[in-house]
Amino acid sequence: MRYIFALMMWLCPALAQAQDWEDQNAFGPASASSTLRVLSSTDTSLFAPVIEDFLQSRSGVAVEYFVTGTAQIDEVFRAAPEDFDVVISSAMDLQLKLVNDGFSVQIANLDQPDWAQWRNSLFAFTTEPATIVINRAAFAPESVPQTRQELIAAMRARPEVFRGKVGTYDVRDSGLGYLFATQDARASETFWRLMEVMGGLDAQLYCCSGAMIDDLVAGELMVAYNVLGSYVAAREDVADMLEIVLPLDFPTIMMRTAFVSSRTEVAEEAAAFVRHLVEMQTGQQSLEAFPLPPLSATTDSTGQAVISLEPALMTYLDPLKRRTFIKEWSSAVIQ
Amino acid sequence: MKFLLVEDNIELANAVSARLQLDGHVVDHADKIDDAMAFMQTGEYDLILLDIMLPDGDGRTFLKHHRSGKNDTPVIVLTARSQVSDRISLLDLGADDYMTKPFDHEELQARCRAVLRRNAGHAQSVTELGGVTLDPVAGRLTIGARAVTLRNRELRLLELLINAPGQIFSKAKLADRLFSYDEDVSENAIEVYIGRLRKHLEPSELRITTLRGLGYRLDHG
Amino acid sequence: MDDAVNVAGSLRARLALTLIGSAAAIAILLFFVVRTYAAQIAQSGQDSILEASVASILDAATLRDGDVEVDFPYVAFSMLSTDADDRVFYAIWQEETLLSGYELLPVADAPDGGEIVHVSAIFDGAPVRVATAARILVGANTRTRVTVSVAQTQDALAGTLNKISRNVGLIGAGFFTLSVLVASWATNSTIRPLERLTHSITRRGPKDLSPVARPVPLEMAPLVTSLNSFMARLDTSLKQSEDFIAEAAHRVRTPLATVRSHAEATLQRVEREDNRQALRSMVRAIDESSRAAGQLLDHAMITFRADHLETRTLDLVELVEDLVTRLAPVAEMKDIALTVISEGAVSVEADSILLQNALRNLVENALKYAPEESEITLEVGASPRPRVEVRDEGPGFPPDQMQGLAVRFSRGDNAKDTIGSGLGLTIAQDVATAHGGELTLGNMPEGGACVTFLL
Repeated sequence: MRYIFALMMWLCPALAQAQDWEDQNAFGPASASSTLRVLSSTDTSLFAPVIEDFLQSRSGVAVEYFVTGTAQIDEVFRAAPEDFDVVISSAMDLQLKLVNDGFSVQIANLDQPDWAQWRNSLFAFTTEPATIVINRAAFAPESVPQTRQELIAAMRARPEVFRGKVGTYDVRDSGLGYLFATQDARASETFWRLMEVMGGLDAQLYCCSGAMIDDLVAGELMVAYNVLGSYVAAREDVADMLEIVLPLDFPTIMMRTAFVSSRTEVAEEAAAFVRHLVEMQTGQQSLEAFPLPPLSATTDSTGQAVISLEPALMTYLDPLKRRTFIKEWSSAVIQ
Repeated sequence: MKFLLVEDNIELANAVSARLQLDGHVVDHADKIDDAMAFMQTGEYDLILLDIMLPDGDGRTFLKHHRSGKNDTPVIVLTARSQVSDRISLLDLGADDYMTKPFDHEELQARCRAVLRRNAGHAQSVTELGGVTLDPVAGRLTIGARAVTLRNRELRLLELLINAPGQIFSKAKLADRLFSYDEDVSENAIEVYIGRLRKHLEPSELRITTLRGLGYRLDHG
Repeated sequence: MDDAVNVAGSLRARLALTLIGSAAAIAILLFFVVRTYAAQIAQSGQDSILEASVASILDAATLRDGDVEVDFPYVAFSMLSTDADDRVFYAIWQEETLLSGYELLPVADAPDGGEIVHVSAIFDGAPVRVATAARILVGANTRTRVTVSVAQTQDALAGTLNKISRNVGLIGAGFFTLSVLVASWATNSTIRPLERLTHSITRRGPKDLSPVARPVPLEMAPLVTSLNSFMARLDTSLKQSEDFIAEAAHRVRTPLATVRSHAEATLQRVEREDNRQALRSMVRAIDESSRAAGQLLDHAMITFRADHLETRTLDLVELVEDLVTRLAPVAEMKDIALTVISEGAVSVEADSILLQNALRNLVENALKYAPEESEITLEVGASPRPRVEVRDEGPGFPPDQMQGLAVRFSRGDNAKDTIGSGLGLTIAQDVATAHGGELTLGNMPEGGACVTFLL
């Protein structure tokens, strides 16, 4: 990929050995006086333009970009907050709890609307809906379902087509998947019926959106539920084959958020990075090449907006709640 | 002339009376306001000498009463006070003049003359001797048809002599009457005034005789 | 004039300070009371939300197969959202075991009945408010106690308090400003009667010792009463001393007059020169002492009146002519002519009694030194300033002593034999000075003294 021209190297062997990173890249000069360590759940390919742009105006700064799953981010960061300067994740609940637990610092003079920030520490910079991605071939010539209800009906009607070919997040492993599932469950009972139907069809469970898209492209999956549509849109090669459905009954919209670690030693650069991220996504600096959708407050016809950044996000992170939820989910999906 | 002296201090009244009588004046003495009023009822006076502090009242009460009775006998107030304001109020009440105690008799007489002159026509105590008429108030000497106005000291000298014709006056005695006590005068000054008087009296029968070592005497004829 | 009052403090300042001080104290008290009250209200607001949160969590606690499950609603935390994005902590305990939440969160002992206990504490470096409640869960064969604590930081509360403090501060400042205005108005209106009284007393003439008649406020009545009684006593005392002086003068002068009259009469009868000399000395001594006494009294009176001039408009020419009439008999005795030269009336603003006294002294002085059969001229002029010039044909002033002549009790060398205390010129000069004028002494080129009295 043309964005990855920076030197790739293993800067921290010990960490590398202890942690199994999905991806790890270094940007900027090797001789940089300060290095910004970014822990992120976003694929490097999607984020590289942002980092390049950030480094353009700053000499002497390098960025190390570590990618892992949202649940791992929470684990890794809690274990060693001093090892990272900026944390970016799509799991809003985990991010908010980290901030609530005092792992972040405030960034002054970064004007974000109230709904897009929390405690001047946690800043949202994208709005991304959870979508249903469908292999057009599975539904032709019939129409593509537009709601969860229609999807349930379609799967019940032709179980032979879908058996073993439906997929969704494994909420036990994926922080974002758990967030989507709990928010869906809050919104409607339909979620549980959908899960039961998918469980009855031997649903495949995934750690991440990327893997689900890969299997869709490979034809292993016909339907993937709660996939980040932005990831599909980023792949130019699948537009004819796959269709992204924004369910009309109710949307579940996530905001990707970032915060600066309270244990950072390069607070200025870290804050500048978050500021850069936010300003870019709110139109103050536009970067057309950045494939993630911008921050937007638009609400859809159902009147539901994005998941709010509020302490209530911590509800389902409670171990007792989680135990109960997982038990219920497991009995529905795994059977 | 006839004086009414209203004065409660007997000693002073006696001394003043004696001094005035020495000059040939007649003096009635009252020592309180009631008496003074009684004298005024019965007698005619040329001048009233009024003390201001009296046992039965203030002299000002008498003055007020005196003036309201249309009585125009001149009044000279004898006061022991010296405040200017007091003097002025006395004049406002109808006193013709005032003198502060203790007073110089020569000055008293001068003031009497001045007061009488201002009230002309009232007192006519004219002295006549050997065809010579002396009006002491006007200071006029008349010999036959000829009248001369005398200077003050000439008048007082002539008055002394004409009131006691034939009596010898020493130079020193005359000087004490003519000059004030604080003046340093030589007896020659008396000779100057005697010389002037002789000249005035030339047309008359009166002569001033010099008695060597004794003084002067007015002779008649 | 050295009659400065010993001033200590100011009623106006004290009154104003007391009023303003009280206003400030009230404003500060108001600030703290309202702020404390507002803090309590705000705190109880936070407490009641925390209570609701705790209650909703505790409500959700159930025993299932001997295990405690707490499936608390989303709203339990959602209700804790604040403008300031306050942090939220919680802890769920079963007996002494932490089921979930923050283990280190300070927890208060709560009774079993579900009654909620509130405490303030510090958690993770931030002040927090903690609400705690407990409940007993009863299962088939178990009884267990579940305790729930919910805590919240106090950023929003602090923000609310700051806002309230600012508003209350503004109200307090406004109240204070208003109080200062009212205080200055009250002070002025309280002090005003005092100023009016001062003004009315200052404006009085020197001899006005009548009681203050205009109405005064109740509080000033004792002051005015004692002032009135003081003035009455002063008036009585002044009258008494006037009477005393008059009586004393009368007592002294009358015997002196007696002695003088006797001496004069005796002088007429005594022939021996040494006896006559003794009598003359006696008369002279009497004259000198009575004249000195008179002038001392005059001078004292003039010194007193000079501070409180009773001026009125008068004609200087008329005053001089009147004076000449009074002194003419004395002048006549030395055959001295008193001549007044003037060109019409000269109007002046002056104290007539002082003026008469001063001019009489000047003329009497001239009469003393002028030779007999001479002339004393009184010339009254109006320009450039009103003035009276007294010229005689006497020996004039000794040139080397002219400066010191008007000083009290001094007399010229060539006046050794003339009776007089020497106060005449001093009196004239004091009067001139009191009227803003001056007295100048000089000699005429053809001989004789010339005294100019300028107003």
